[in-house]
Amino acid sequence: MSTTALPAATGRPWRARLRFDASPVQVAAALLVLAFLLAFLVVPVGRVFLAAFTDGEGRLTLVHFGDFFRTSLFRESFLNSLYVAGMSVAVASVLAVPLAVIVSRFRFPGAALVSTLGVLPLVMPPFVGAVAMQLVFGRNGSLNLLLMDWFGVRLELMDGLNGVVFVQALHYFPFILMNLSASLSNIDTAMEEAGQNLGARGFTLMRTIVLPLALPGYLAGASLVFVKVFDDLATPLLLNVTNMLAPQAYLRVTSVGLGDPMGYVIGVILVVVSILAMGGAALLLRGRDYSMQQRGGGGLGRREMSAGQRALAWAFVVPTLLLVLAPHIGIALLSLATVWSFSPLPDGYTLAHFSTVLRETPQFLTNTLLYCGLAGLIDVVLGVTIAWLVLRTRLPGRRVLDMLAMAALAVPGLVLGIGILRSYFGVQLPDGTALATSWIMLTIVYAVRRLPYALRAATAALQQVHRSLEEAAENMGAGKVTTLTHIVIPLMAGGLAAAFVTSFATAAVELSATLVLATRDVDAPLSYGIYVFMQSPAGRGAGAALGVIAVLTVAVCTFAANRLAERERRRRTRQQGTAP
Amino acid sequence: MQRLLMTRRGALGMAAGAAAAVSSAPARAQAALEPRLVIITSFSRDVTTPFVQAFEQRHPGTKVEVQNRSTTAAVAFVRETRSSPPDLFWASAPDAFEVMKQGNLLARPQIDTAGIPATIGAQPTHDAEGRYFGFAVSGYGMMYNTRYLRANRLPVPKEWADLKNPAYQGHVGISSPSRSGTTHLTIETILQGEGWEPGWAQLLEIAGNFAQVSDRSFGVPDAVNSGQYGIGIVIDFFGFSAKASGFPVEFVYPTVTTLVPANIAMIEGSKSPNAARAFIQFLLSPAGQEVLLDPKVMRLPVRPETYAKAPAGFPNPFRDQSLGARVKFDNGVSEARYELLNSLFDRLITFRLRELTEAWKAVHAAEAALARSNSAQGRELLAQARARLTRVPVTEAQAADPAIAGAFQPARPDRPAGPRQAQLEEEWDRAAVAAYAEARQLAERAQRAS
Repeated sequence: MSTTALPAATGRPWRARLRFDASPVQVAAALLVLAFLLAFLVVPVGRVFLAAFTDGEGRLTLVHFGDFFRTSLFRESFLNSLYVAGMSVAVASVLAVPLAVIVSRFRFPGAALVSTLGVLPLVMPPFVGAVAMQLVFGRNGSLNLLLMDWFGVRLELMDGLNGVVFVQALHYFPFILMNLSASLSNIDTAMEEAGQNLGARGFTLMRTIVLPLALPGYLAGASLVFVKVFDDLATPLLLNVTNMLAPQAYLRVTSVGLGDPMGYVIGVILVVVSILAMGGAALLLRGRDYSMQQRGGGGLGRREMSAGQRALAWAFVVPTLLLVLAPHIGIALLSLATVWSFSPLPDGYTLAHFSTVLRETPQFLTNTLLYCGLAGLIDVVLGVTIAWLVLRTRLPGRRVLDMLAMAALAVPGLVLGIGILRSYFGVQLPDGTALATSWIMLTIVYAVRRLPYALRAATAALQQVHRSLEEAAENMGAGKVTTLTHIVIPLMAGGLAAAFVTSFATAAVELSATLVLATRDVDAPLSYGIYVFMQSPAGRGAGAALGVIAVLTVAVCTFAANRLAERERRRRTRQQGTAP
Repeated sequence: MQRLLMTRRGALGMAAGAAAAVSSAPARAQAALEPRLVIITSFSRDVTTPFVQAFEQRHPGTKVEVQNRSTTAAVAFVRETRSSPPDLFWASAPDAFEVMKQGNLLARPQIDTAGIPATIGAQPTHDAEGRYFGFAVSGYGMMYNTRYLRANRLPVPKEWADLKNPAYQGHVGISSPSRSGTTHLTIETILQGEGWEPGWAQLLEIAGNFAQVSDRSFGVPDAVNSGQYGIGIVIDFFGFSAKASGFPVEFVYPTVTTLVPANIAMIEGSKSPNAARAFIQFLLSPAGQEVLLDPKVMRLPVRPETYAKAPAGFPNPFRDQSLGARVKFDNGVSEARYELLNSLFDRLITFRLRELTEAWKAVHAAEAALARSNSAQGRELLAQARARLTRVPVTEAQAADPAIAGAFQPARPDRPAGPRQAQLEEEWDRAAVAAYAEARQLAERAQRAS
């Protein structure tokens, strides 16, 4: 496997790496990653795009792009998508930044609560989240029915583009929260103390030391949110907003047909904008060195809060958490409800939906654990390999790997799914089923689609490990493998756990590619099961029950991963504290 | 017997073939079914599970796997997976079966359809070539949430025209015909029943009351069930099954409706032909037909005798001759403008719903104001506003013209290219935006004049 390739270059003397050469191990690692990306990303998408960008006789043509920009609906959709993505980042930041600061900078009694609950929106499949939010915040949801009763007013929270912004911001703000608080807790206390010694206090300290050092994490999170929202299909569709780019592409591909070029033109535009957004974030960070020499200080000094600060913090945290939990509460009620129609609360409660799903479809849960766990592992391995090749070697063309892997972000799941079907349906497994529709392919597709998250997290983690630490280890006589296992990986552990959890949790709620590729109930994951159940009046409760199970499972996994990372960090802190 | 002979037309020696069919048919029925049967369907689990369970009980050796997809996605899937397809395709919209038949994707299994009438309402029950079979019929109408109507003091609608009532502003939902085969049929039925221009005028006025245009067929009953809006334009079983699940909803058939069979077909290249045939046969058998009356399924059976077991108040198209009889549904007309109609509806209504409903709101407000005063100038302005809001930018002849409608067909190499789709769509979109803006201004002037 490619991991074995890791130690090779880090162990090489600094001078040798300045030369324009690459060790065979580096080349092998790069080729393995490249082969994976070519086979499961470039070729499938390329086949779909090729089919779309040619006219009837197979000649290349650009006329479809002209059509796109001549059509006012598409131009408007384009602007709407930009607006929704931008506003979602803004609203998500309003939620995430204060939470991250409270958790990382202060001794706040509710910190564990914030970190765990902050991940919960991610485990809620967006379409289930939208269903639940309609029930709670919709035009005749619980909130509005109560408001109408009490005050005779109605809040149009879920209407049109702003409804999409509301749902997306609540769903994706954890990306910013997790990346930012990882960044914040990695900031060396020494930096802050240096600033304080020079006389910086309060806001100045925040502005000149903390925020710039936390910028990589914030931008990584914010650009992810932007791209995810820009590409997202399920949420606008469920809220019946069609004048955005992704829904337009989906509508064209699925209603006009696979031969219709416009869907693919939009696909390309989605790809381009997403790459621009990610590239813009990278550009902002270029030319700055964010790495810190000392590690293990346990992050910024966490200070005691005054009573007023604590009250203020609770006053922000509690309403935010209620807002974040509203869809979960909604889905929990729905999973227990007999009938819930035009009333603030269900008519009655029952456990029948849970017994239905546990009796009829236990495989949804085990499949999800298996596929998404494997996909998360693949992602961590690939992400570390690529990050290492990009940051620590001078392999020619290594940036191409990074760009290829990141391009997965901009490929709508539907397009990737159809491409995979086209490319691999002919390949038969020994038992006679097609590779394209087997669970192996589903796992690979999850890995490809979630690789960008893992890669960003691994890159951010590696960026913060100063190279001099590795050089120091080598100078002290540590071998390549020892340097990797004793220095680099432990220093990255928190980032890698975050990478795994992000990949796992988001893969567990992936739907668009799943719908194309999952062909059998027995092989299908949770998200598919929820979707299938949700399509019928009697299945709404059962679908919600599966949703609750999904949320609980991923929440438990996340909690465990957080605990592990935290314990590991404390252990290292202790060791380092005694070492010098 | 005649049907058997017909379906064997392609065999080498006709008489020999027929004889072989007769002698081997019972033998084949006895022959062991394959262990695995894959069904691709647009039906929800509620519908498929009772049938699958009943079938597996009868044939314990066969495990049925259900793949759930929207109709359009299912057609695309079968096309993409030609080398190793699913065994059965099971869905509502007959036009999807027609598309698959044209694409040579459907096999021609021998199915005994004795005891099932050849036509129901104005529609043939089965494909004339024997490539797909109707197992249930469905009509279109309105479902409404009784709690919602009571809370908002709204009258119960009976006919499509009732939905024009300004009282329903923001209370009606529909799915887009381009996304839902069943809605497409509803729209086509209204247009054929009322005529192209009056039909569009009615649709555009009803659309003034739309709360939203959903992209999934199920989005509409879901919203009515949960009370997001009060009235949905849906296929009958959505209403019946929701009611049977305990939701406070009711369903009505307007007189302009049509009964359309929901179908099943064996896919060409099926790996389990015996099991596939047995499943179709089971679906059409008296025992299979009774499953349709399961509270979670609630569809109209194609066997007249099954209705004897139906609950009270269950509609019976074999007895109630008025049901679906008013519209003589013309498949040829529908097919010629199928893609055009989808696109036109989206340009005029789905994508411009906000502009359209705002304009109608202004018209309704002006009408209310004019009812109190009596300004000739106001009436004149209002009439102009209405004319702009109810005009469809395409004539019936244009919609049937292959040169125009042809641009909207999925591209095929053997068909000459017409004027390009994007260009026409852009024209319609501009026309719609301009007309709705003008109408709104006219209505506001009318209100000031009152």
